[in-house]
Amino acid sequence: MDFNLTEDRQMLSDSLNRFLADKYPVEHRNKVAYDLPCHDPDKWADMAELGALFALAPEDAGGFGGSGFDISVVFEALGRALCPEPVLGATMAARILTKLGADQDALLSGATKYAVALAEVDAPYDPAGMDCEAKPEGEGHALSGRKTSVYGGQVADIFLVAAMLNGTPALFEVQAGDAQVVGYPMMDGGGAAELLLDATKARLLSEDAAAIIQDAVNAGIVALCAEAVGAMDVTHATTVDYLKQRKQFGVPIGKFQVLQHRAVDMLTEIEQSRSITIKAAAELDGPDAARFASMAKNMIGRAARLVAEEAIQMHGGIAMTWEYPVSHYAKRLVMLDAQLGDTDYHLSRIMDDLAA
Amino acid sequence: MDLSFTKEETEFRDEVRSYLAENLPRETSDAVRRGGELTKEMMEEWHAILHRKGWLATIWPKEFGGPGWTPVQKHIFEEECCRAYAPRIVPFGLNMLGPVLIKFGTKEQQDYYLPRILDGTDWWCQGYSEPGAGSDLASLKTRAVRDGDEWVINGQKTWTTLGQHANKIFCLCRTDPDAKKQEGISFILVDLDTPGIEMRPIKLIEGGHEVNEVFFTDVRVPAENLVGEENKGWTIAKYLLTHERTGIAGVGFSMQSLEEVKALARKVKRGGKRLIEDPLFAARIAQAEIDLEAMKITNLRMLFKAQEMGAPGPETSILKIKGTVIHQELKDLARRALGPVAAPFPGYLADGNMMFGPDGSEHNAARYFNNRKTSIFGGSNEIQRNILSKAALEL
Repeated sequence: MDFNLTEDRQMLSDSLNRFLADKYPVEHRNKVAYDLPCHDPDKWADMAELGALFALAPEDAGGFGGSGFDISVVFEALGRALCPEPVLGATMAARILTKLGADQDALLSGATKYAVALAEVDAPYDPAGMDCEAKPEGEGHALSGRKTSVYGGQVADIFLVAAMLNGTPALFEVQAGDAQVVGYPMMDGGGAAELLLDATKARLLSEDAAAIIQDAVNAGIVALCAEAVGAMDVTHATTVDYLKQRKQFGVPIGKFQVLQHRAVDMLTEIEQSRSITIKAAAELDGPDAARFASMAKNMIGRAARLVAEEAIQMHGGIAMTWEYPVSHYAKRLVMLDAQLGDTDYHLSRIMDDLAA
Repeated sequence: MDLSFTKEETEFRDEVRSYLAENLPRETSDAVRRGGELTKEMMEEWHAILHRKGWLATIWPKEFGGPGWTPVQKHIFEEECCRAYAPRIVPFGLNMLGPVLIKFGTKEQQDYYLPRILDGTDWWCQGYSEPGAGSDLASLKTRAVRDGDEWVINGQKTWTTLGQHANKIFCLCRTDPDAKKQEGISFILVDLDTPGIEMRPIKLIEGGHEVNEVFFTDVRVPAENLVGEENKGWTIAKYLLTHERTGIAGVGFSMQSLEEVKALARKVKRGGKRLIEDPLFAARIAQAEIDLEAMKITNLRMLFKAQEMGAPGPETSILKIKGTVIHQELKDLARRALGPVAAPFPGYLADGNMMFGPDGSEHNAARYFNNRKTSIFGGSNEIQRNILSKAALEL
């Protein structure tokens, strides 16, 4: 049993944290995060240089990581800085390309940006109920339908798209230039796109892709959970600091027990969140990966909302302002629940296991 | 990052598991499974079995008769004991007074008392809380006045767990009423046969007899029964409480309870369907299961830290707060799963064929009520929050 990071991961963590603190401070982040393209190409290149993307794939696929803990180290750093760059898409795509044994050098170097299109408006969390359809056409396939909430889609060069083929979820590659891409910034910063497909040219990657899709989702969940842990740590530290500075009734408000206990309850939930994220990361390549990912996403959903709402409440009005960073952390913490399955969705998955 | 046990730890787990399978008396594990009260003889017999193996004083250093385990080994042992439905080790002599004597006692005290704790000659109980001193323990009033070669003790202690089986009690007494409240307290050992002591049972919410109150009227004990320095008892009290916090997450007990809840919810029906298929109920089980899964890792993380740093930090309060809340939730679910069948007083349906389930599920109302204690004792969850606020957040 060892809860320390390996030396390599510790170095990656340190260098990413340092880079983001220096080069991606919250003022810069807010400039990038809320306006298209929600992306800073120079910083993206620097991050790739530091290994943030190479960490997403194993050595035999051209990277130097690829395990749950590699993903969590990268995303915890992104979460601390609230970094809006489209690393989630790269993470899920790297997972898919690794499983398929496909070349991903351009992804890992940062030269080509990938986004993964799974969600649909009426079926945002899993392939069940998916309408987007593929039909053979010529040498390849043609896709029709609308994919929604494609994270990083606003700047993606290549989309990996889930669509039904002969009644089975399959995976396709679509070039951005071949589809209609409608990008937008999100409430919590960072960009996404709607992908409108109308007999759009596509290359088949996997005919029976349910397992590969699930694996990519599991990896994405580990990423989001780690991102939330990083963001919760910063939010909590900022809140505790504020409790020590802010005076009302002649004393720092942190002297009031009602606030002390609530600050402790935040800490407790954050530590539990860190634990379940470690568990999900550890199990990512095991047989129960989906189960532990669901457990983690459920707990993170509850904890992140608590931390966000309590941080705002305990700060008071200042945290309602655009200028104060906590407001942006709070938005991210609340909104990431709706990515790759929310609290209720994942609780249902665990309930399914119970009844089995 | 590696969540698995080492090869040595896995071997150790297997050794513990097979030892328990061979040596834990069936009658005793059945009693634990049913959740009823254990007899004094059962507890003493179990202590004797572990003592023969050298596994009784799990947190004592080797030279005093401990097994020399790492925190992880100790955790594995506790987890396996839970799994096998072994009784909890009675902690007062072994996990509380023992470490105190090892750290603060004289050579004479160690030589005399420690072997008697190990071989079961002495059964210790704890004289800490008083009617007016619970969470604010340092406001205790029981007085010890020096009179020649003796201390003369007057006052009252309460919540004395299993005092009815004990022959000795360790007490916090006020020895300097003029000093600041933490600074006038001493730690004194008392033989319960001494004239002037009266122990009365306190009947608990579910009807059980587990705790007592102890009255001291001009009780005279030898001066050498003082442990550590006069008026320095608060340091000892705090030291003892850190030991009381180990294992406080109760992960093993919650795992037992979760399995019980699942078994019950698969068996009983509501509206013709199994209760586990009721989404409202299943959601509560699932949420408790997720919280417990996280707790397991939180527990291991703190163990790992304790092993690395040499001592548990203030974060262990998280284990107490969250661990007790999860366990209490599971006890509530077990009681609800049974509905009215949980209501009969323990004992009345004890006759084999009248029992509801194989695991003594009929005691679940009693267990639910009894377990409300866990968020109160050992420093209430509110006190744990105060500790965290001060020590971890520096508020």
